[in-house]
Amino acid sequence: MIDFVSPTLEYALLAPMLIVLAGALIGVLIEAFAPRSARASSQLFITLATLAISLASLIRVRNSASTTAAMESVTFDGAGMLLQASILVISIIAVLLLADQENFTALASTLPGSDEERTSLQKDLRVTEIYPLTLFAVAGMLLFPLATDLITLFVALEMLSLPLYLLAGLSRRRRLMSQEAALKYFLLGAFSSAFFLMGVAYLYGYSASTTFAGIHAAVIGSTGNDIYLLLGIAFLSIGLLFKVGAVPFHAWSPDVYQGAPTAVTAFMAAATKVAAFGAMLRIFYVSFAEAYWQWRPALIAIALITMVFGSLVAIAQRDVKRMLAYSSIAHAGFLLSGVIALNKTGLDASIFYLFAYGVATVGAFGVVTLVRDSAGEVTDLNRWSGLGKRSPWVATAFAGFLLAFAGIPLTSGFIGKFSIFSAAYESGSTAILITGVLSSAIAAFFYIRVIVLMFFKDPVEDGTSVVIPSIYTQITIVVSAVVTFALGIYPTPLIDFIQSTASFLR
Amino acid sequence: MNIDNYLYLSALLFTIGAVGVVVRRNAIVVFMCVELMLNAANLTLVTFSRINGTLDGQVVAFFTMVVAACEVVVGLAIIVTIYRSRRSASIDDASLLKR
Repeated sequence: MIDFVSPTLEYALLAPMLIVLAGALIGVLIEAFAPRSARASSQLFITLATLAISLASLIRVRNSASTTAAMESVTFDGAGMLLQASILVISIIAVLLLADQENFTALASTLPGSDEERTSLQKDLRVTEIYPLTLFAVAGMLLFPLATDLITLFVALEMLSLPLYLLAGLSRRRRLMSQEAALKYFLLGAFSSAFFLMGVAYLYGYSASTTFAGIHAAVIGSTGNDIYLLLGIAFLSIGLLFKVGAVPFHAWSPDVYQGAPTAVTAFMAAATKVAAFGAMLRIFYVSFAEAYWQWRPALIAIALITMVFGSLVAIAQRDVKRMLAYSSIAHAGFLLSGVIALNKTGLDASIFYLFAYGVATVGAFGVVTLVRDSAGEVTDLNRWSGLGKRSPWVATAFAGFLLAFAGIPLTSGFIGKFSIFSAAYESGSTAILITGVLSSAIAAFFYIRVIVLMFFKDPVEDGTSVVIPSIYTQITIVVSAVVTFALGIYPTPLIDFIQSTASFLR
Repeated sequence: MNIDNYLYLSALLFTIGAVGVVVRRNAIVVFMCVELMLNAANLTLVTFSRINGTLDGQVVAFFTMVVAACEVVVGLAIIVTIYRSRRSASIDDASLLKR
């Protein structure tokens, strides 16, 4: 009879996640007990305070990097902490976008177009469940790139996904589309997590262990049956590639980006990408690195298709949110080259790229929330023409974000692309380098087309206008723009910091 | 009995589920097929747990059950909302988001 050993938990190291979860629970209690009039403001305060405290507690434990916690199911290392910090910063600026309650349905349970819905809007019978849902998702995202155990990884994946499925359906306008987005996101997400779980099962069958270290040991010792390893990597990758929106598994992303409330899209597009790529980098760098001959060719093919497909299809889009969705698919391809690189440069470059891209994405969607007519947001690109003449500042900010996506020098996107492609080149994948640069050029074409449309075409008179942004949205856009250009002009401190900090504990 | 047969069975169940997700049109049935896939993964885990002689696989199976239950809560909420506004749970009817 083996004695039961009680598990140890390192609370200080787990604090960033536990604080976010606690904040989410407080949010649920507020939703249940606080008077309606006080909810929105107190929820926003609690959410921002929670994220700020969580970031502070992460900074406090930064020196205890390279330790495992919670019975080796979570690993705190430099790369994990940088990813967590990126997720928290991106979440903070994205939550400020959520603060604009106009964009969310008052009561999600009411039928679209019913009297009940009208009454709830008129009387402002608002529920504010978006804040706790966001915090639950953030907690899952914080756990995802740190998990070094397949069970934890799976639970974190679901923890970040389930709230996002619901958030996607909460738009105030075009509610049918929003609900449809939620349904698609949910069904395809559940489908992919079933693949993910099957991957977990085969990896367990291969290595007789659920920890990353155990799988790594089995790969080195080649003790298991290679078929199981191959199946495990394939199925697990499907789950992860779905989350990042890489090409054969991208079908959900344009629809969900378009249908979900724009503020939610911003949060989802930016933060999910950081979390999912973080987890992907960790599992491929830590567990599968020595078996690279089994997965690298397939992943290279996926990266190439993703880059080219995302860039080409984006050209044909007439809707700004769909265009940004395809652009995010192309970026997933660029980011995959960081995973394929499998070297320290690739890791550093990926982390920088994720942060820079995430911040610019939140900013870009922040601008999209501002362009409206009487029926809500205007996402048809034709109606954006001449925006620069009417609202030069907003249009300039959007142009800046697009230039960052395109990777034009003096924006963060250039530094990110430059470093990630040099990492790919270093690792010998010339094909990635060439395709990456070419598809960046294709992508630059449609970004610049939008800029031309905004600044050099005459405005159309159809009631499209830029609303005066609320103070929260202003902060989001200004912060994102400042970060995007600051990282483009003077990236050295952050790059040096990432280079000295980022590493995975094996 | 050869224990590998359980792996074949679970692979078969997983395939049936995956095919079901692709071909069936009713959101509830699609969702049931996903559940079938999750349970196929559970069977794989438990079988490997037996083969490997460690308990981790069975622990994962427990976690999967809990997660699947959470997924049902969220999923049915979304499907019921769609059904109430459209009077149909067919995923072919939900096609506003095409261009």
